[in-house]
Amino acid sequence: MQMTSETLRVAARSDAPPSAASDTESPLHIHGLTVSYGDSPAIFSVDANIEPASMTAIIGPNGAGKSTLLKAALGIVPRLSGTISIFGKPLNEARRRIAYVPQRASVDWDFPARVIDVVMMGLYRELGLLHFVTKKHHDKAHACLDRVGMSDFAERQIGQLSGGQQQRVFLARALAQNSDLYLLDEPLAGVDAATERTIIDVLKSLKAESRTIVCVHHDLATITDYFDHVLLINKTRIAQGPVETAFTAENLISTYGGRLATAHIDQLSLPAA
Amino acid sequence: MTELLNALLLQSGYNAALVAVSAAMLGIAAGSSGTFLFLRKRALLSDAVAHATLPGVGVAFIVMVMLGGEGRDLIGLLAGSAISAFAGLLAVEWITKHTRLAEDAAIGAVLSVFFGFGIVLLTIIQTMSSGKQAGLESFLLGSTAGMLFQDALVIAIGGTLAVVATYTFRRPMTLVAFDADFAAASGRNVERIDLAIMGLVMAVTVIGLKLVGLILIVAMLIIPSVAARFWTNHTNNLIWIAGAFGGVSAYVGTAISAAAPSIPTGPVIVLICFAIFAFSMMFAPNRGVVAALAARRIFQIRVHRRQGLLAIARDEAIHDGLTLKVLTRAGFIRPDGVPTAEGRTQAAKALRDEKRWEVARAMNRDVAVIGRYDGLTPIETVLTNDEIAEIDRRINARAPLGGAG
Repeated sequence: MQMTSETLRVAARSDAPPSAASDTESPLHIHGLTVSYGDSPAIFSVDANIEPASMTAIIGPNGAGKSTLLKAALGIVPRLSGTISIFGKPLNEARRRIAYVPQRASVDWDFPARVIDVVMMGLYRELGLLHFVTKKHHDKAHACLDRVGMSDFAERQIGQLSGGQQQRVFLARALAQNSDLYLLDEPLAGVDAATERTIIDVLKSLKAESRTIVCVHHDLATITDYFDHVLLINKTRIAQGPVETAFTAENLISTYGGRLATAHIDQLSLPAA
Repeated sequence: MTELLNALLLQSGYNAALVAVSAAMLGIAAGSSGTFLFLRKRALLSDAVAHATLPGVGVAFIVMVMLGGEGRDLIGLLAGSAISAFAGLLAVEWITKHTRLAEDAAIGAVLSVFFGFGIVLLTIIQTMSSGKQAGLESFLLGSTAGMLFQDALVIAIGGTLAVVATYTFRRPMTLVAFDADFAAASGRNVERIDLAIMGLVMAVTVIGLKLVGLILIVAMLIIPSVAARFWTNHTNNLIWIAGAFGGVSAYVGTAISAAAPSIPTGPVIVLICFAIFAFSMMFAPNRGVVAALAARRIFQIRVHRRQGLLAIARDEAIHDGLTLKVLTRAGFIRPDGVPTAEGRTQAAKALRDEKRWEVARAMNRDVAVIGRYDGLTPIETVLTNDEIAEIDRRINARAPLGGAG
């Protein structure tokens, strides 16, 4: 039971992702996941295997169950069947390694909180019930705000922010959680161009730190620019894999059916090799 | 009047002083724990819980009398009321979860059925021969008359514990109230935290039964935080301002009721709560009514100032009286209407801001940002620096056509 100086040093680096890079286990493995609201399944028997340090877009038409998939993977909505494993462990043992960015519209923005308070919520796991907020926590929260270009807005009431700024605050809160796996629900929906660029830059830098990103995404035109993997779902899984092999016209037609004009699909997707 | 003053200054005897202090503690507990009810938007649920206490009071009384005990033992009555309040809470949750009825319908049904049953029980108790039933109806509207030393002690200790619990669980409760999905994703048990919020509210309700009464306790849970919301935008401050409002109203209300024992305590406390609420609504800075009127006047002046500056920048004549007054007072024009150097500088700045907004609105699809355009707000206060840099880049790209900006 001797602790070498090496392990001590590693243990002391609390700001590094808990156990990055060396992971070979899939950050998120979903097997046979079925969720239903009432009688009809929202998603049915979905399998998915997210690659470590990848950036995956979940795409599919409205009502295909994209958000439901994320929520079920996080245990926010109950599942009828299926298993979830996070870095090879059951969900509840790996919570600390996940950060979640919900849809912006899911909260009441008139809530009495400032920007910095919301970011601080990302540190609650670390703070526990009774620890006082110290300068260290404040610095951390400010660093996260800085990373999304919002440090000037720290004292602002959250209701005064634009949609894009609200989305950045949500991302900053997730950054404060300092996790290995980031699950984001439509982070680019209805945001301005500058915010979109900022968010993508942050996500790419997270990926460069060997963290894994999974985004529900709606804009097919930007898939090839932003993501390296896609997961196409419409109630069931249609296809999954690297953008080059899975983001094909054929798969898009299976996913969206008649809802996308064929000419449009040809423009967006990669030629089926 | 001297009686009231004595009661306020804790000079009406040891018992009365203890009652006033315990009432204050209860008020702080109600105000602070009620904040989470308000933030979680479940205010009405507490009304159902409060009304559901009544059958418990009746049943506990009957059981204690049948066992040959003193029917008015406060601890026994409170235990009974807690059990039936919890049953009421479970009934609301069950109906909401397992039927297609919404929560408001479930609250209405549970509240009236439990309360009706409680009234029936009280009527039966009136006809019972033994057990000193007199005073049981004080649980409806609250009373300090005939309160025992140990009753006051129960209220004081219970109130203190509720305040400590509110402080301890403020973070998880805030998290769930703001963003339940995020809380669940972080591994919080949202159902259990909701139960903790309701448990706290139930505890305060039960402890406050004797003093405030079950019909009006909901006012002590909700009004303080609603009043406090006028004064702050910050969750932690909201909790403690609401606690202070609750504490003050309960303390003063109890003192008044002690000086004039014929007035039930609950209604007096609620009226003082309301006075604090009304004052907050009128006079709170930023969110109050007076502040809103003042802000409107200031806004009007800003509109005239901006319009005047833009008119100067475009070399247009100004005729509006208020505009001329505002510009003269700011030193932007001389009394004869000729712009000063300062006026010219400010006018150029206003024009540049206007141009940036124009580009921002043309390129920005974000409704929330476009909505902030009012012709007045400097763009720097709405957009981030990188966003403005992008706009300036676009303006400069256009510049060769339109001349110097």
